[in-house]
Amino acid sequence: MIAPVEWIKSALLEVQEYLRLTGQVARGTVSRPFYVRDLVMQLELIGIGSLTVVVLTGVFTGMVLALQTGLTLDQFGARSVVGRLVSASMVRELGPVLTALMVTGRVGSGIAAEIGSMVVTDQVAALRSLGTDPIRKLVVPRVLAGTIMVPILTVIANGVGMLGGLVISVTQLRVAGSVYWSNVVQGLFMPDIWMGLTKPVIFGFALVSIGCHVGLRTRGGTQGVGRSTTNSVVAASVAILVLDFLITKLLMSLLY
Amino acid sequence: MEPLLTQTAERPVRANRTDEPVIVFRNVWLAFDDHVVLRNVSFTLLPGRLKVFLGASGAGKSTILRIILGLLRPDDGEVYVLGHRVDQMSESDLMAVRAHLGMVFQEGALFDSLTVGENVGYRLYEELRVPPDEADARVAEVLGFVGMADYIDRMPAELSGGQRRRVAIARAMITRPRILLYDEPTTGLDPITALTVDDEIIKLRDLEGVSSILVTHQLRDAFYIAEHEAVQTGDRVRFRPVSPERAGNTEFLMLKEGEVAFEGTADELRRTSDPYLRAFLS
Ligand SMILES: Nc1ncnc2c1ncn2[C@@H]1O[C@H](COP(=O)(O)OP(=O)(O)O)[C@@H](O)[C@H]1O
Ligand SMILES: [Mg+2]
Repeated sequence: MIAPVEWIKSALLEVQEYLRLTGQVARGTVSRPFYVRDLVMQLELIGIGSLTVVVLTGVFTGMVLALQTGLTLDQFGARSVVGRLVSASMVRELGPVLTALMVTGRVGSGIAAEIGSMVVTDQVAALRSLGTDPIRKLVVPRVLAGTIMVPILTVIANGVGMLGGLVISVTQLRVAGSVYWSNVVQGLFMPDIWMGLTKPVIFGFALVSIGCHVGLRTRGGTQGVGRSTTNSVVAASVAILVLDFLITKLLMSLLY
Repeated sequence: MEPLLTQTAERPVRANRTDEPVIVFRNVWLAFDDHVVLRNVSFTLLPGRLKVFLGASGAGKSTILRIILGLLRPDDGEVYVLGHRVDQMSESDLMAVRAHLGMVFQEGALFDSLTVGENVGYRLYEELRVPPDEADARVAEVLGFVGMADYIDRMPAELSGGQRRRVAIARAMITRPRILLYDEPTTGLDPITALTVDDEIIKLRDLEGVSSILVTHQLRDAFYIAEHEAVQTGDRVRFRPVSPERAGNTEFLMLKEGEVAFEGTADELRRTSDPYLRAFLS
């Protein structure tokens, strides 16, 4: 058992190191050298790599939302506004959060494992000895790619989610497609769209930078790589849910 | 600091060689938490010389190489590389010093995601942005030097242990650094393969005039390297027992629990009466 004081100390140290990393990433983004080819590769890896899982998540979430809200709306005889609830919940909450969680499982864990195994096999030390800053070469391209791709993936998830909702509304709830769509559009207000786009930018940055941070701090051989992979998924998932609450709270007081 | 950065692929190798030491350690101490790894370590490496570091595993040999590269900072003492004090240098200044250093990591540390050719040419392609034709030609030349020219498009995972070490040597020497550091380059290799790696180290010392530090606990390889020299006639390279005037080019340094326990030539090491050294040698 680790004493609580020790635990708090090591947690604070971890946070300090993480903040230091984000500072270095910021510097690496605005100054040279910049590794463009690595950025392109990561955009493709994160974007294309997560597309299938994000589409599946979006479709099924939209379908289940339509089923559930349809049931509740029936109690008020308001089944026809199902589109409004589907779009609002998708865009504000479920699209950003579920996409970020799926990308964490698909990509965040892979990043931690890849960088972690580079650390334990001395490849990161080799990079430094060859005159390359590992932050610029490994971390900056991944973090930028995550920050760019997660919002795009989220928009895709929202889109297919609404389509999933449409399918259920028409086939199960017997709501006309045109009624569903006009409700989808009416359900969205400008603040919702702002919230729906702010969240995935922050989630993308957080989940990738956490994966990189945990990977870079890997110690203890192959076992350490396994530990880092698990830790990165847990840490990033919790961070996404906490950030989701904080951003929602903040934006509600600012925008609504 | 004086401009170290004016480095290109075709920088003359032996330009402006003096007898100034290339590496100096002065009273270096280092501890990880309360585990003292280096205790008051001092040594000097002269240009064109090879120093063999012996010592049990955990003695602090790799740690010394990491300090030379500026990957680790000592707690106390002074470290000079090519006249620059590296133990207090900023990371960006260190990059300039590292341009003159090549490191062969334990197990090679080749980049898994790059081919042999991309690994070897890494510095030229990614950092120096040398024109591609020029870089390709240099990569082919260096791979030929270590006898790996046919493997240029392979991935590191497809290589044997000995081949990985030779590619790692090729990667370290690509920009003709003035100093090469080898971390246990023959550990885990069979004796025949180990000899091919030893020959590369001898060639770099005798034909390219590189100053080097070799960390190993394979005594066989250490003595072979100390007691042989490479001579070039035309395109052919021969290895023969070292001539007396070049025998002093290789020295041994023994680390014992973070302290320097012995420093001297191969002959002196063979004749030592120190019980710890005798136990290590037998
Ligand atoms: N990053 C580190 N953190 C803690 N201890 C370390 C670290 N690196 C090396 N050590 C310890 O320092 C000692 C010397 O390590 P090293 O220089 O790798 O030995 P070797 O002579 O086998 O190359 C070992 O006891 C090792 O456990
Ligand atoms: Mg070692």
